[in-house]
Amino acid sequence: MKPHKKIYMIAGYNTVSMGTGRKEFNPKKERPGLEHYIEEAGKGTLAQIGGAAHVDEGVVGNFMASRFNKQAHLGAFLGMIDPQLRLKPSIRVEGACASGGLALATGIKSVLSGSAEVVLALGVEVQNTVKAIYGADILAGAGWFKRRKEGHAYFFPGQFSDRAGAYFEKVGRDKARKAFAVWYKNAIENARLCPTAQEYTNQVADLESQGLTEPNPRSFTDHLNVFDCSKVSDGASSIAIVSEEGLQRCGVALNQAVEVVGVGHAADDITALPDDLTRLSTVAFAVKQALDSAGITASDLATVETHDCFTIAGILGMEAIGLAEEGKGADFVIEGHTSRKGKIPVNTTGGLIGWGHPTGATGVHQAVTIWEQLTGNAGEAQINIPAERPYGLTVNMGGDDRTVVAIVYRKC
Amino acid sequence: MNYTDRLTNVSVLGAAGKMGSGILLLSALEVADQMLLPANKGRHFVVNAIDVTSSALPGLLSYIRAQVLKAAEKKTVQLRKLYADRADLIENSDIIEAYISDVMSVIRPGTRLEAAYDSTLIFEAVSEDAGLKTRLFTQINSNNPNQPWFFTNTSSVPIGGLNQSASLEGRILGFHFYNPPAVQKLVELITISENSSEMKEFALQLAKNMRKVVVPSNDIAGFIGNGHFMRDALHGINKALELKSLMPLHEAVYCMNKVSQDWMMRPMGIFQLIDYVGIDVVRFIMKVMDPYMEGETLHSSLLDEMFEKGVKGGQYADGSQKDGFLKYEKGRPVAVYSADTGSYVAFSEFSASADAWLGELPAVALPWKNLVKSSEKESLAAKAYQHYKGMSEKGAALALEYGKRSREIGLKLVSDGVAANSADVNTVMLTGFFHAYGPVNEFVV
Repeated sequence: MKPHKKIYMIAGYNTVSMGTGRKEFNPKKERPGLEHYIEEAGKGTLAQIGGAAHVDEGVVGNFMASRFNKQAHLGAFLGMIDPQLRLKPSIRVEGACASGGLALATGIKSVLSGSAEVVLALGVEVQNTVKAIYGADILAGAGWFKRRKEGHAYFFPGQFSDRAGAYFEKVGRDKARKAFAVWYKNAIENARLCPTAQEYTNQVADLESQGLTEPNPRSFTDHLNVFDCSKVSDGASSIAIVSEEGLQRCGVALNQAVEVVGVGHAADDITALPDDLTRLSTVAFAVKQALDSAGITASDLATVETHDCFTIAGILGMEAIGLAEEGKGADFVIEGHTSRKGKIPVNTTGGLIGWGHPTGATGVHQAVTIWEQLTGNAGEAQINIPAERPYGLTVNMGGDDRTVVAIVYRKC
Repeated sequence: MNYTDRLTNVSVLGAAGKMGSGILLLSALEVADQMLLPANKGRHFVVNAIDVTSSALPGLLSYIRAQVLKAAEKKTVQLRKLYADRADLIENSDIIEAYISDVMSVIRPGTRLEAAYDSTLIFEAVSEDAGLKTRLFTQINSNNPNQPWFFTNTSSVPIGGLNQSASLEGRILGFHFYNPPAVQKLVELITISENSSEMKEFALQLAKNMRKVVVPSNDIAGFIGNGHFMRDALHGINKALELKSLMPLHEAVYCMNKVSQDWMMRPMGIFQLIDYVGIDVVRFIMKVMDPYMEGETLHSSLLDEMFEKGVKGGQYADGSQKDGFLKYEKGRPVAVYSADTGSYVAFSEFSASADAWLGELPAVALPWKNLVKSSEKESLAAKAYQHYKGMSEKGAALALEYGKRSREIGLKLVSDGVAANSADVNTVMLTGFFHAYGPVNEFVV
């Protein structure tokens, strides 16, 4: 989808990604719930756009509050953030871990349709309400339930372990596992630069060795260890999607905005099995759509936020996006091209493995990170954005490559 | 009779006790795992949970259920495979619930010993009373046509004596768990020459399936674990009594507890450990062991005094700590018993001066929690003791003296033939007592 008029994102905000790794996290103590995260993130954006009166509509991306928190109907939480949001149109959208991306896509469509000039897009998930073994059941809802029985206890780690196994066949186990470990190391090192990241205070000296820990099929999966996995997280992210008129209304300077120049959105049949376990074909499709509509290629990108729910997903993502040739994703990562000093820094605040993965918030968190990087608001995590490559890309994936939202942003 | 046959009918005597409940849990898990094997489909398995205290049985079942839940959550990956043919069990939560039901279904709680008359394997975890054990074994053995095997959890009574007194013809061995059995990795295995090889092999297989570390111990009262602990405790007690000439006894108890925890980098101080085990239990074990000890006396009049005053330590049914030498709040010691007044004196009243008397704990002495997690715990512990040798603080001297005594006890267990070697002594202390370093080391001397 190529926007037919100017459309921007402004005023990004992330709460902390809360869960194991954060010093203040104690699984045995009562913790803030959905309301806290929605309110903090929402207020964080409203404070930067001159208040709630400027907002026309709201969209909340959320995956499974109905099970994690026994709470549905999240669209109606908007009025809780600020009384001035009461009675404004607000909906909740869901597409598994791409729910945040869907919130962005929905907000973009509202602005493009002319029904709104300012949309508050918010993603949220609070997952630490249950132990991981039960969380795995809930997250398995991102797959086809009729295949749950045959799946692994840790359903999605099991799915991506199978992908990793197939990738081992293709490129060799040692190389692939080495690439996983480098991916993990980059993720944690980037997270250490971002105060809201779940792994912000991680102090492990030899991350690569830790990443190389042999998988234990007895207690986990055949081909992935826990360091290959994204975090179990509570958190919310928020951003405003605005037209030119909306930008003026909010009083935000153009250099504090990013322009949305291309959008890709694809959903594939959830009941079908992947044609090839070593390819993320829906990601490839949606990214191509986004890049084509923006009129650029992958080599024009300065940075990427990709959906590394598992290290293998990160590496296959490099191939699907077109940054690495097919079967060369592992080399691309091992050679250092995706590190913050490499030719295309990827997941500069840690991604899903380092920053965290509050599932329904992740798509919005990715947009906030790109917004921070392209507007110079990334703090210690700031990377250089070359003038000739003023673009960023987010790739948000739901399920096992089933729903994908890819967005291309340009520095203003 | 193969491994599975042996487990078709198990009894746990004293099942509602501190040790018995853990043994019941581990037995029920292992029996249920056998029952769930495809090859054993349709076979019946029973674990009789026998205890004289009828009122404790409902609480016991709640405890077992909660523990099975934890176990199931940890092994769901394996359970999904075991229940692969159950189309109705889809989510992990379904499978975990089914497993709990299956484990609970094998347990038959009751107060009557007759239930054990059909058993093929009997775990015994009743009081440390050789007479009581003998009576129970004799009664079961003479009414049970299956020639059952008796696995006693005694930590102090010699097995050979029980074998003779109950006429068991070698069908008894010591299978000594550590408290709490569900958590502690150690099983001390005490065999006697009359045991069949089949029985020993079964014991090893069972311990392996229960994921325990087995350390063989000779049949000498107290075996390795209590052989060390009782003497180690006596050192702490006697040292505190010695310090009485310099300070009130309750302060001396505080000091020795602190030395044995912070300075020696152990999980808890010696007086806290005595409270944890129970002053009455420690006293009783010494009493059981003492007659067998040549050339030494295992007895403490301080323990007698505490016991007579009704200060016994041990745990409440919910696992929380009862007051003993120390008083506990939320599981942490906050005050110490004063025999003079019969009441507890808050640490805050004297700890500043007592701590100053001991001297400042050097940074090289790591908290046990940190030390035990380190891959270099042995060398880090050595570094601390090395540092103590150059210190003039009393804490350092007391820790070194205690460390030396602990080592001496370990070596004595080897020279007395209780343990086969010092590595076994160290394994017992590392896995059964959670020490971060073994007592038989070169750095305390």
